[in-house]
Formats: sequence, structure tokens, C-alpha cells
Amino acid sequence: MPLLEVYGLSKSFGGLTANKDIDFHMNDHEIVSVIGPNGAGKTTFFNMISGFYRADTGTIVFEGRKLDKLTPEKVASCRIARTFQNIRLFPEMLTVENIMAAMNMDFKYSLFDILLHNGRFKKGEADAYDRAIELLKYVGLEGREGELAKNLSYGEQRRLEIARALAIKPKLLLLDEPAAGLNPKETEEMKNFIIQIRNELGHAILLIEHDMKLVMGLSDRIAVLNYGVKIAEGTPEEIKGNQEVVEAYLGIDEKEEDVGAAS
Amino acid sequence: MGKGKGLIKTILDRQLPQLIVVIAAPAVMYFTRAITVTFILFLLSLLLLYLSKLKNSYKLIIAAVDLLAVMPLAGLANSYALDVITQIGIYAVLAIGLNVVVGFAGLLDLGYVGFYAAGAYVYAFFATTQANNVIPESVMKFPISGNWFWLFLPICMLVAAGVGILLGLPVLRLKGDYLAIVTLGFAEIIRIILNNADKPINLTNGPKGLTPIQPPSLFGIQLNQSIHFYFIVLVILMLVILATKRIYNSRIGRAWAAIREDELAARTMGIPLVKMKLMAFAMGAGFAGMMGCVFAAKQTFIDPSSFGFMESIGILAMVIMGGMGNISGVVIGALAVVVLQLQLLKELSSYLRDLTVAGVLNIPASLDPAKYERLVFGLILILMCIFRPKGFLPAKRSLVFIKKLIGRNGIVKDNTLDTTNISNTSE
Repeated sequence: MPLLEVYGLSKSFGGLTANKDIDFHMNDHEIVSVIGPNGAGKTTFFNMISGFYRADTGTIVFEGRKLDKLTPEKVASCRIARTFQNIRLFPEMLTVENIMAAMNMDFKYSLFDILLHNGRFKKGEADAYDRAIELLKYVGLEGREGELAKNLSYGEQRRLEIARALAIKPKLLLLDEPAAGLNPKETEEMKNFIIQIRNELGHAILLIEHDMKLVMGLSDRIAVLNYGVKIAEGTPEEIKGNQEVVEAYLGIDEKEEDVGAAS
Repeated sequence: MGKGKGLIKTILDRQLPQLIVVIAAPAVMYFTRAITVTFILFLLSLLLLYLSKLKNSYKLIIAAVDLLAVMPLAGLANSYALDVITQIGIYAVLAIGLNVVVGFAGLLDLGYVGFYAAGAYVYAFFATTQANNVIPESVMKFPISGNWFWLFLPICMLVAAGVGILLGLPVLRLKGDYLAIVTLGFAEIIRIILNNADKPINLTNGPKGLTPIQPPSLFGIQLNQSIHFYFIVLVILMLVILATKRIYNSRIGRAWAAIREDELAARTMGIPLVKMKLMAFAMGAGFAGMMGCVFAAKQTFIDPSSFGFMESIGILAMVIMGGMGNISGVVIGALAVVVLQLQLLKELSSYLRDLTVAGVLNIPASLDPAKYERLVFGLILILMCIFRPKGFLPAKRSLVFIKKLIGRNGIVKDNTLDTTNISNTSE
């Protein structure tokens, strides 16, 4: 059974159709990329999976559970984590607190335990702290736990955001343009890091990306959106050879495009 | 200003002068029977004690002696000073409660006094004959005895927290300014209800207020002296500080901070938005309700005019002046505002009046400094905005607390990269 199944997903904002009849699925342990020109509806698609937008029609099923009526926090409790295109950390909190905040739903202690400061509370905090330190180490931010998130460099903030997403023990990790704003060397590191996450932690990863080198280098499958419609899906090789995709990216002259949209 | 800062820094860095000051100031206050000047010195010495670099155990001992022995003894000679410090305690609890909502969770609440009123009226209703307007005398005769006060502390807390949740459920979808406006309206609604709920059934006695409210009693002794309320408020303040600190440094406090920083990101991380916001609202409201109960018992008279809009603003000013998000900061804010209100401006007024009577100056009554309290407030707030926009003691995040809690305080140097690395590898 696929991990994530999407059937006939549509969403429009006023007169603008952002997503139209998208069918999509993802298996365990898979890295899938969603690509498409600007305004193709990739982020809308992401936002519907993570519960920010409610789909007009269609269903999203994750591990047999319907997601399309859930709030973002409920989606997170299904173990779907995400990062943001424009980094959204908790800037005035320490790096370690950023990660511990994301563990919120896994704490076992109650309000009563907090007020008494009993063993269960201390153990819960100590375990969370240790795991957060481990995650920081995992993303290469070892020893930076006492710094405010806003004081990290851009690349470090990207990695902290991924560490925070990993803290909710995701089965599916949604990465919204993880390489945006990174230089070629950092992009290469990010690519290896994403593959490492999949291999070591076993998460399925769905990403939106513009950097073709990155996408071709790590994806098992690629889905292409254009004007809110899925125009192609397949392995990197298949996508490279797909005429429609090349046209969507390189553009064709106006007249032909009209015909294409109408058909 | 640079020079002044240098001086303050020297005093803060040297332990001996600090020790002398924090021991001498209470002694001087005691022997001068807590006249205004020495009383303020005493309060400043408490502040210095808190900021000093003395060992924590010394700080605790000195603070305990100051608050448990020196102040009550001095208060026997001058109960006005005791009233002032009790008032500071009451406002400190209110400011801490509001700080939970505004400072921790980032929800601007301009109607905080509504919860204070709810707590006060719950106790006042049952601790006067008022309750007999609803419950017939044959069932139970009111006022209840002072022993019930202790039970009413948690009851008032729960009632106010419940009101907080009821208000919160619909309005917490709003953010920022919109939330502020709705909460402001809510407090006004509470005040207007209290003002008008004297007909058709007389619940609140309207603008005439409720009196005489039964003071608390313990083991058959009626607690109606300043000193009794001093201790009641002190105990509640300590409990509230402890509880707030612990909750703040837990997953709940982190969830609040996350919501304040970025609501959407927090939800994506599985933090239940509505539940956490309601919790902050309920906790802040609960503290206010509990203090309302104490306030009613202390004053033995309450009326709706004690719970006006300016009261909410006053408490908010304490939070902002002291340092939003910092518990010690808002206690200092409460101290500063109350001392300004009840001591400095009042003293200045009476001094000028004396001069007028003696014929040295001729100051018309309309220029009486006590009447310009809000103006002075406004000036102070403007100055704070310019020079210390984050308040007197701004909130600071550090690893010290959690390391101490979980026993990793071998080397606590949160901002030094090298040492943290060493401590990590050694674990």
C-alpha cells in the first residue's frame, strides 16, 4: 500500500485554478520531487497536504487515514513534517529549544508533573534535551545549542529547520525548496544530506525544488506541474526526455500554448 | 549615562559593598520605622540583592530575613509601608499573570482586569449578605465564615480561569490589535454588568458595591490586619512565581514561545494552537481571580469602579516597564509602578502642600503632583521606549535552567562554543 495517496485534488483561489485534478502517490522510503515553473501550484499542493489549505475537491490519504479535513497540527501528529521555502524558525528561541518545541506532542508528563518537578518531568526533559542535541549534531550544528536561532547563518538556519522537522519523528518529510539561496557547494551538501536522511532514517521525502541538478541527482521519481495540472510523472530519465516538460520549462510561442491548454 | 552605567556595573561586580548595602538598608529601615526614604531604600536593596553576584544561598537567606522578619517588624510601627508592600505583591501577581498571556504567549490582552473583577465578586458575593438575595436564608445563612476564604482562593481562581476559557474560545482566532480590542471590550462588558446587575435580582448591588466583606480567619482568629494580608500575599506571590517559572521552563512554556514567534510554524510542528492559547489565557486569568479574592477580603468593600480600563493599562505598563516575558522583570515593574503611585508622587504632593501652607510657594491645587500620575507614567513609558525598549530586565533565553534541571551543570557556559563542545564529548 502506498504511504501517501492523492486523488483528484483541486484548489482554486477566486478565478485562479492553482491545482486541478491531481492524482499522486508516494511509497515508503521514496524520494519524490515536484517540479514546475513559477506559479505552477507546487506550494499550493504542499500546503494542502500539510493542512494549511483545504482542498476544493479530492482526497488525501496517508497510511489509510484521510488528511484533507485535518488542521496542520493534526497532520503533524500523523507524523508528516515540513520545512518552508522562506525559513520559518522560532528566531528568538535557542536552537535546542527550536527542536524541543517540535517534540511537544511526544512529551509524557502532565501539568501536575511540571508543578511538582518530579522524576517523570525531569526524565522527559532530559530525554528531549539529549535527543535535540543529537539532532543538532546530525545536521552539523554540534555545540551550537545555546545560540539564538536568528543568529545562525542562512545555511545553518536551513539545516536547523530540517532538524526541527525531524524532531517530530516524521514518516513523510516535506521539503519546500531546501536548496533555495544556497551556493553550488552547499546545494551539493544538501543533496547528499537529503539522501543520507532517507538512507539512515528511512523517511519518505517529498520535495519541491527548482535546482534541476539537485532534483535529477536525488529523486526516485519526479512529478511535473504546469498551470496546476500534473503534466508528467516518472523517473528522472523519463522526465528529461518528455517533450511536454521541456516545453513547459523552455516555453513555446503563445499560439501553440493556447492550443496546448485547450486540448 | 555612560558614567552612571559604569558606576552601577562596579557596584554589581563587587560583593562586599553589596553585602553591606543589602544588610544595612533593612536595618536602617527598621530603626527609622519605615519612613518613606528608608522604605524605598529597603526596596532598592531587595532589587540590588536580586541583581548582585552573591551566592544564591546567601541571597535566599537575606531575602527571607528581610521579608519574613524585618518588614513585618517595621510594619508594626508603620502599617502604611506594609500596605504599600502588600499592594506591590498584589500587583506583582497580576503582572505575572498578564505576563503569561502577553509576554509568554504573545496575546495582547487589554481586558485583564475583568478576570480580577470576576474573582473579587465571587468571593464578595458569598462573603456578604448578598448571596441571600438568591439563596434563601433557610437554606444557608450568608455571609460565610472567614474560614471559607481559603477554599475560595482556588474557587475564585477556577471561576476566573473558566471565564478566561469562555472568552478565549471565540476570540483567540483573532490576533494582535484585533484581540486587544475584543479583550478591552470584554473588560468593559464585565464592568457594566457589575454596575447594572442589581435588578431584577440584586446580584452585585450595582454601583453601590458590596460591603462589608468577611475577612479571612484561621483557627478562629480573624485576619484583618495589614500584617495578615502581607503574609497571605507573600505566600501566594511565592507560589505563583514558582508555578509560573516551572511551567515556563517546560514543554508548555516552549509551546507558548513557539506560538508567539511563528504561529503557523508552531502548528506545523504539532503544537495544538487553541489548547495552548487557552491554557495561557486560563492561567493568567486564574492568577487574577485568586488575587481578586484577596483584594476583596482585604478591602472589605468593592465596587465596579475598582476594575476600570485604566487598571488594565496600569498592569500592562508594569509588564512592559519591567520586561515582557521575564518574571523577575515584571515583579520589578509592579514595584516601580506602585512605589511611584503610592509613595513618590504622594510624598511630593504632601511636601509641596506643606510648602504652600508655610507660604514659601504658592502652588494651586490643580498642579498637585498626585493628580499627574498618568502624565508621569506616560513620560516614563516614553523614556523606557527610547532607552530600554525591552524593559528593565528583558527576557533572556539560556541553557542554565535546563542543564541544572537535568543535572548537566558541570560546565555551564552556554555561549562559548569550545566549552560546550568539551562538555558534550565528555558525556
